[in-house]
Amino acid sequence: MQTEIIIAGFGGQGVLFAGQVLAYAAMDAGKEVTWIPSYGPEMRGGTANCTVIISDEEIGSPLVRHPRGVIALNLPSADKYERLVAPGGVLVGNQSLIDHPFSRTDITHVQVLANELAEQIGDRRLTNMVCLGALLALMPVIPLEAIEKALENHLPERHKRLLPANFQALQAGCEVALKNTMHAAETLKNQ
Amino acid sequence: MPKELLKGNIAMAEAAIRAGLEGYFGYPITPQTELLEWMSARMPELGRVFLQAESELAAINMVYGAACTGARVMTSSSSPGVSLMMEGLSYIAGTEIPVVLIDVMRGGPGLGNIAPAQSDYNQIVHGGGHGDYFPIVLAPSSVQEAIDLTVLAFDLAEKYRTIVVVLADGSIGQMMEPAELPPMKPLKTTRPEWATTGATNREKRVLSSIYLQPEQEEITNLRLLKRLEEIEANEIRYKSYYLEDAEFVVVGFGTAGRVALSAVRMARAEGLKVGLLRPITLNPFPIAQLRQITDQVKAFLVVEMNSGQMLLDVQRATMGQAPVEFYGRLGGVVPFPDEILAEIRRIATTNEYATNGFVRRNWLRRLETLVDGGE
Repeated sequence: MQTEIIIAGFGGQGVLFAGQVLAYAAMDAGKEVTWIPSYGPEMRGGTANCTVIISDEEIGSPLVRHPRGVIALNLPSADKYERLVAPGGVLVGNQSLIDHPFSRTDITHVQVLANELAEQIGDRRLTNMVCLGALLALMPVIPLEAIEKALENHLPERHKRLLPANFQALQAGCEVALKNTMHAAETLKNQ
Repeated sequence: MPKELLKGNIAMAEAAIRAGLEGYFGYPITPQTELLEWMSARMPELGRVFLQAESELAAINMVYGAACTGARVMTSSSSPGVSLMMEGLSYIAGTEIPVVLIDVMRGGPGLGNIAPAQSDYNQIVHGGGHGDYFPIVLAPSSVQEAIDLTVLAFDLAEKYRTIVVVLADGSIGQMMEPAELPPMKPLKTTRPEWATTGATNREKRVLSSIYLQPEQEEITNLRLLKRLEEIEANEIRYKSYYLEDAEFVVVGFGTAGRVALSAVRMARAEGLKVGLLRPITLNPFPIAQLRQITDQVKAFLVVEMNSGQMLLDVQRATMGQAPVEFYGRLGGVVPFPDEILAEIRRIATTNEYATNGFVRRNWLRRLETLVDGGE
């Protein structure tokens, strides 16, 4: 059993960190995991992404063409990855920066006003955690509690005061996603 | 030690430190820079030598000098930087002293780019500097293997008084995986009998790669070859997957090898009898192991992130006894598993193989179609 997740957005949106949190949680759960960033010139100010693969056996390719799950934190990422999500997979979009609904009917997708939710919780920088919460609500590869534990265990000491806000962001994303999601089956039914 | 989520570059640096590294000399270059950066923090903290040289030329010659004292020393770089080190590497080989080099390969030729590539295989495995010399070359495909092979590199370098290269690529350097670091080894307290340590109360020793008499240089070359034979007898390492009943065998090292593993599993799920042989030592190359399975195999498929450099070694090993097909991506492009799966399907279902000599030409035509198609 292998699950591939791509998290994509602008540099500075916490794309790489959100992936690392996922990787830490997978490691702590005793899974095989790889985290690989796009480390090219694009990380200097443009789009950034990372691929996280979680598996029960030795992981082969660290990159995939068609991931099971995608978090698109901005419009270019949404446009690039909507068509690449594996059929039956999950796509979470940051509605705050995406100006049109997703159109795929063979995947489960949701858009979350992540910037606004993050700001309500108190910090725009929580956008990534809101979206991670949303993804995990629809794709229970790792329980939310395990993500919280991973944050606790691996966040540097100086950032530990931010833990409660991070937990809140994960929860908020999770709740919104469960309410608003278009499931693959439903979208097919509605056609 | 518990597993930690470690980035390849940092894992290799810390592994070298724990293997008893006494001196590091290097110059920054992406996608290897985190290795040097980690050294710059950790080595001074431990009272050991970290020196950022003014260039790769300087770095390799500092390593040369430091290695002559019998200390555990290393450098690291990426493709264009390693090209600059070739003269120094040849001198080190000619002087028969142990040195470890980590090369985190990137796309080329020239300045190229910083994406993962394997196009320095020939330069490293078959020598890039002048003269006949044979470094041991270790090719990790995961962060854990990068750690283990870095530690092994120092032991092999000292055992055989040779250069050992850990040949990684940008993908191994940049990825994070759970891995276990070894415990910290104490630094060596003795120096080998050949080391130049300051001749007080003993006869002086001279380390050099100069043998002005060709007869003497020939004897030196013979010594290097004898050592290579010993290395070939003792140090071949590889990993095999699903070989028992395999009719088709994919051969790939490092990142290409692990991408191929995904493709092989997909092919197995389709009922195709495919296996994978992933060489870990590129020199010595697992020639006997390949030869041994040649009888059971209908065809080999070599997969690389270059234009078929290891392909020639696989052809050499199988001696025309089985068809050897090739698939590669170039210039920093990493193949996806489905590309290799398509190649496996093609080979397993058509039974049409390129006759010897046209393997690369046929691959080139297929790749052109793929690239022109704007995939």
